[in-house]
Amino acid sequence: MIWWAVYTGGLINRDLLPSPITTISKTVSQILSGALNEDFNSTLWRVACSIAIAVVAGVPIGIVLGAKASVYRSVEFLIDFFRSTPATAMFPLFLLLFGLGDAAKIAVAAFAAWLVIVFNVAYGVLNARRTRILAAQSMGASLPMIFFDVIFFETLPQIFVGLRNAVSIALVVIIVAEMFIGATDGLGHRIIDAQISYELPDMYGSILVAGAMGYGLNLLILLLESRLVHWSGR
Amino acid sequence: MASIHAFRNAPAPGEPSTGRRRAGKLAIRGLSKSFGGSVVYDDFNLELPLGSFISIFGPNGCGKSTLINMISGLAPMDAGDALYDGRTTRETKISYVFQNYREALFPWMRAIDNIEYPLKVMGTPKAERRRRVEAVVAEFDVKFDLAAYPYALSGGQQQTISILRALVTEPEVLFLDEPFSALDYEMTLLMRQQLQKIFMKRRITTLLVSHDLEEAIELAEKLVLLTRRPTRVAEIVDVDLPWPRDSLVTTSEAFIALKRRCLETFWREVKAAP
Repeated sequence: MIWWAVYTGGLINRDLLPSPITTISKTVSQILSGALNEDFNSTLWRVACSIAIAVVAGVPIGIVLGAKASVYRSVEFLIDFFRSTPATAMFPLFLLLFGLGDAAKIAVAAFAAWLVIVFNVAYGVLNARRTRILAAQSMGASLPMIFFDVIFFETLPQIFVGLRNAVSIALVVIIVAEMFIGATDGLGHRIIDAQISYELPDMYGSILVAGAMGYGLNLLILLLESRLVHWSGR
Repeated sequence: MASIHAFRNAPAPGEPSTGRRRAGKLAIRGLSKSFGGSVVYDDFNLELPLGSFISIFGPNGCGKSTLINMISGLAPMDAGDALYDGRTTRETKISYVFQNYREALFPWMRAIDNIEYPLKVMGTPKAERRRRVEAVVAEFDVKFDLAAYPYALSGGQQQTISILRALVTEPEVLFLDEPFSALDYEMTLLMRQQLQKIFMKRRITTLLVSHDLEEAIELAEKLVLLTRRPTRVAEIVDVDLPWPRDSLVTTSEAFIALKRRCLETFWREVKAAP
């Protein structure tokens, strides 16, 4: 609505802001013709890969770190330091390590997402309810049983908090990486291409689609969470 | 294990016939415990008969829960030991019911799976697990939906699940840490009746920590009164009242006389200079 008002009111130069109707109709036709799909899919694929790596490598490490408060405290500084370092600042390093291809982009995003997941999982484990662990202990449960049957479920809500943050960070990193480090496809590449070739409706449309992807992923995780963590908050 | 089966043949409801009871003793010797420099227990000794219902009552902060946590193996002792008929806590089958059922049950499991879980921990085969869960559920005539998740049940129902979860393993010793203190009054009364039934039926050694003197007397055969810190035994009171302890018993002369006597001891200990 604001976009529409600004456009019709001519508040912003029409060369910089196309009409929302043109943008949307163009975007829809792009989607229908399949031109957008390829970029959409490759971005989604990169995000999915980096999240998968981050989860597989992050959840077990987070659980181990969180199991003992002293262990977590000893690495807390490192985690906080790298969490505070903009992941995009590490592009050059990852380019050196992984080359120009997809691997570097996925690696940076996975690294940034991994930190968030490790941190959240460790916190979840640290704050697991003592009583439930004691209850399992009183039944004679072994340490692995306590971890898999109790602490894992106790941590699940916090894992999802980490997951949602990780996905939004991974999306940001992937989009930026696609813009600036030698991508031939992806939404980030599409946005910067459209800007360079002054295809403004395409640029705005791609931004909207990227936003929709982020929102959709978030929604998907929320849905999954309410299914899996049905006890949360009750 | 053999001793458990001996229990099950023990006299069922009615007056406990002490002659056929197990003669074993729970012996706590030389128990010491401090928290950050403040001494809770120092060379604490206590001997109690197994197979009876024991209530533990004492001033706030005297370490009632700490005591049962230590002798049930949930918390470490600084020194000393607790032996059940000469066996350590590890060698004895114990079950523990927590005060806070909300935090002790596993909300990701259905009520019935919560009851089954300790059997899974023990490595009992699936078919046997199901059979034993069904047996314990039938024994206590559970009327609510066991396929529900714990958070969908009322407080009393959740604590019933906790108690069934504790009983399904057929423990030799049952610990209860203020199990009904989070429930409303009528539910508390009902749960006390239920607990009496369980005891009369199974004669499991039961240790109940209570902050409610009336409850402690109502359920006990022996009532252990503790002092303030550093905690000692003020008195062990024998509660020779008939079972079941219905409202006739709990309003009788004998009950009130017992309560008066316990209160006197309690006040004497609370007012005693530390």
